Amino acid sequence: MVTTLFPTNLFEEFDRLQRELDRLWSGWPAAIREVALDTVYPAINIGRTSEAVEVYAFVPGVDPAKLEVTLEQGVLTIAGERSSPIPENDQVTVYANERFAGKFRRTISLSEDLDPDKVEATYRDGVLRLRIARKAHLQPRRIEIK
Amino acid sequence: MAETNVTTRPGSEVTAQAQRVPTAVPRVDIIEDQTGITLWADLPGVSRDALEIKVEGDTLTIEGNVSLPVSEGMEPIYAEVRAPRYARSFTLSRDLDTAGIQAKLNQGVLELRIPKHQQAQPKRITVQAG
Repeated sequence: MVTTLFPTNLFEEFDRLQRELDRLWSGWPAAIREVALDTVYPAINIGRTSEAVEVYAFVPGVDPAKLEVTLEQGVLTIAGERSSPIPENDQVTVYANERFAGKFRRTISLSEDLDPDKVEATYRDGVLRLRIARKAHLQPRRIEIK
Repeated sequence: MAETNVTTRPGSEVTAQAQRVPTAVPRVDIIEDQTGITLWADLPGVSRDALEIKVEGDTLTIEGNVSLPVSEGMEPIYAEVRAPRYARSFTLSRDLDTAGIQAKLNQGVLELRIPKHQQAQPKRITVQAG
């Protein structure tokens, strides 16, 4: 099954509120903060099912073999490096340089009931998907009524 | 040369469809060398089939739909990527040869090469000894 169900108005609303607050409290200039907010690399989405937590890391242009992914006590770390394709010489004119380049490391605290031995990692079209199973004894069980 | 060859336009003006579906503006790198322009765009989650590159008149448009493999019954709990679609348009100048555009999509990055017309490419003039 392939769908996109991440957009939710609730999150958008929360995000907007947060930005409004940032703007209100941080004083001038606010724009540079917004730039920083948007340049987070890689961007991450998280979903859950009753058996697992699924993490999507948007890592375009990174060789999946060179990604370093660790999960320790519920803390997930995704690290790696992406180089810029822009040649460093004066033979070219640069009109836009918006894409992230350099080393990155993102750490996310997930719940501690995850089983680090049961992680499935797949990579497609620049998106790393991690499916991390919850520990078996913590999964919801249906209780039979006799 | 003061005028840039590729002018960026807001992504939200792309098509009528863009106004209905939440759309993100993909980040790009653009460079020009003597023989043409190269553009790289981050389009994670866009497969080759879901990517459309169009040239209409002097407008180049990149559009792509994001699709993620999702488990049955998955509930989103946190999202930084919320728009299921990318779109961005650029205005091309006349010295560019739109018929010669080449596109490659690899690991979620689109690489576009737009060559200049032959007559727009610099020619080296040999100065002969008198």
